[in-house]
Amino acid sequence: MIRIEKLHKSYPIGKDSLHVLKGIDLHIKEGEFVSIMGSSGSGKSTLLNIVGLLDIHDEGDYYLNGQLIKDLNEKKAAILRNKFLGFVFQSFNLISYKTALENVALPLYYKGMNRKERLKVAMDYLDKVGLKDWASHLPNELSGGQKQRVAIARALVTNPKVVLADEPTGALDTTTTDSVMDLLKDINDEGMTVFVITHEEEVAEQTKRIVRLRDGIIISDTPTKAAKAL
Amino acid sequence: MFDLDRWREIFQSINKNRLRSVMSGFTVAFAILLFTLLFGVASGLGNFFKSAFADDAQNMMFVRVWKTTKPYKGLQTGRAIQLKNTDYNYITEEYEDKIQYQSARVYKNFSIKYKNDASSYSVTAVHPDHQFLEKTIMDEGRYLNERDLREKSKVIVIGRLVKKDLFGEKPALGKRVNVNGSSFLIIGIFSDEGGDNEERKTYIPISTAQMMYGNNDYISQINLGYNPNLSTDAAIAFGKKVERDMRKKLNIHPDDQSALSVRNMAEANKFVSILMFALYLIIGFIGSGTLIAGIIGISNIMIFVIKERTKEFGIRKALGATPGSIIGMVVQESVLITTLAGYFGLMLGTYILSAIGNSLEEKYFIKDPTVSPGIVIGATVILILSGLIAGYVPAKRAARIKPIEALRAD
Ligand SMILES: Nc1ncnc2c1ncn2[C@@H]1O[C@H](COP(=O)(O)OP(=O)(O)OP(=O)(O)O)[C@@H](O)[C@H]1O
Ligand SMILES: [Mg+2]
Repeated sequence: MIRIEKLHKSYPIGKDSLHVLKGIDLHIKEGEFVSIMGSSGSGKSTLLNIVGLLDIHDEGDYYLNGQLIKDLNEKKAAILRNKFLGFVFQSFNLISYKTALENVALPLYYKGMNRKERLKVAMDYLDKVGLKDWASHLPNELSGGQKQRVAIARALVTNPKVVLADEPTGALDTTTTDSVMDLLKDINDEGMTVFVITHEEEVAEQTKRIVRLRDGIIISDTPTKAAKAL
Repeated sequence: MFDLDRWREIFQSINKNRLRSVMSGFTVAFAILLFTLLFGVASGLGNFFKSAFADDAQNMMFVRVWKTTKPYKGLQTGRAIQLKNTDYNYITEEYEDKIQYQSARVYKNFSIKYKNDASSYSVTAVHPDHQFLEKTIMDEGRYLNERDLREKSKVIVIGRLVKKDLFGEKPALGKRVNVNGSSFLIIGIFSDEGGDNEERKTYIPISTAQMMYGNNDYISQINLGYNPNLSTDAAIAFGKKVERDMRKKLNIHPDDQSALSVRNMAEANKFVSILMFALYLIIGFIGSGTLIAGIIGISNIMIFVIKERTKEFGIRKALGATPGSIIGMVVQESVLITTLAGYFGLMLGTYILSAIGNSLEEKYFIKDPTVSPGIVIGATVILILSGLIAGYVPAKRAARIKPIEALRAD
């Protein structure tokens, strides 16, 4: 599903440049549940953004669903994101003036689905994350955990190939963290590829594979106990 | 453009951000309001100038004579000049193609009597064309015609107020009045936009008058309506030529203004049109300045609005919005706001102008100020264009920001 070879990424800082990713090789197959760990500034988000086509790498090759990602223009990237990827962010990133239901339905708008159909599909996904009754609420009327579940419903609504989550539990307490992780596990059980960044060992332990980054290099890549248990 | 979903997105964004929308709309509404008022006032001034000359035909010219003030060819100064029928006919033959209407005038004041009521009125002897030169409006009956002239009929056309003085509410048409001892048949009653004085006049055929006044062929003044196809400059040149030719014919010094002069409306017309041109130039300058200020205003607000929405655009992009769809959304929103707000400003301006109406005519020389449909259409096009520009420039910039940077914004 995701194949990365000798990937490099630098950020220009004034005249110098900051070398963030220094040759990453990573292969994630369909249906995997992978977490990335590493200290702050190790390049986790950078990697996820490149995988999510939100940012561009400098060197190396990246294949998404077998397709080489190279010289993508913004329009093509947008279409690929809409088709293959779902995002969950630490800060939820819901649109404040849209209801939970409208937020979930938004990716379907960009897919070109008609309004009636997309509201119906969106409602199914809200139901799936247990928030059917909150459909007409605005984001600021929801708790953090509820917001993140809305965001997850939104990431899933287009039935993407991969769900990318950058510290999805970073802003949540332990109970809501557990409910969000349960949701991600369920999705993965249904066959979806899930790729999360986290700081918390307990969260990482609930995935099936942990990739550890340090200074832009993968230092370890191991299956978790949960995966071994299967 | 007719994507219902796109419109729904835009209405939601406008509705949920009312303050912002009203703020950006206000600039435009205000600019268009000023623009409308300026053009309205200009047109009001123009209407005033035009109506100031509305009394007589716009293409009127008249030949006046008095006494010579310069000796010429051995003739003394102080010689009184008298126009005669031969002069009238000379003009008819000489300038046929340049003349639309022609009439002579002989002025007198007589007592006009009906039954026991009598009063003194101006009795002007004229040709039938005089009706068009003076813009006489027939309320009842008819004006003088060629037959009256040929037969030297004792017929008279009286002004509305003459009729009122002598007949009150009773009918006057077909009645006979006594003019300086002769009985005249009333064949018509007229009104005139030139005011009360004009409506206290009476007209009789010139041939009848010349017979009555001692069987002479004297004329006080010759009035001409130049061919309206002549350009203003050609008409002015024509007036000068008539002046030159007539002075020559009557043995008057070529520069003797007092002895014979041609007063030409074309000169006044030219002055008014130059004045109006200058006025519209100034107003156009100020008006477009106001519009440009409005466009810059809304552009600035749009830049601010788009900055505020950068994160939203980032989210939309992550969810699959193409740069084109972001630009389209912003531009459409901006066009909608400018058009609605501008339309509001236009309507308000038009309403204010119609409320002003003629109330400022006396003091400020503004008469019936309106904006022409051409200006309204032009302003609408400018509005839509300005909405496009105001939205496009910042939207383009917003769409260029990488999604990852947009998401990081707050
Ligand atoms: N747009 C950017 N411009 C310049 N430097 C950047 C940019 N984005 C990230 N960096 C730098 O690159 C390095 C890696 O950043 P990244 O966000 O990938 O770290 P991270 O592993 O996700 O850290 P955290 O756990 O704090 O989220 C950091 O030093 C960061 O300051
Ligand atoms: Mg990070």
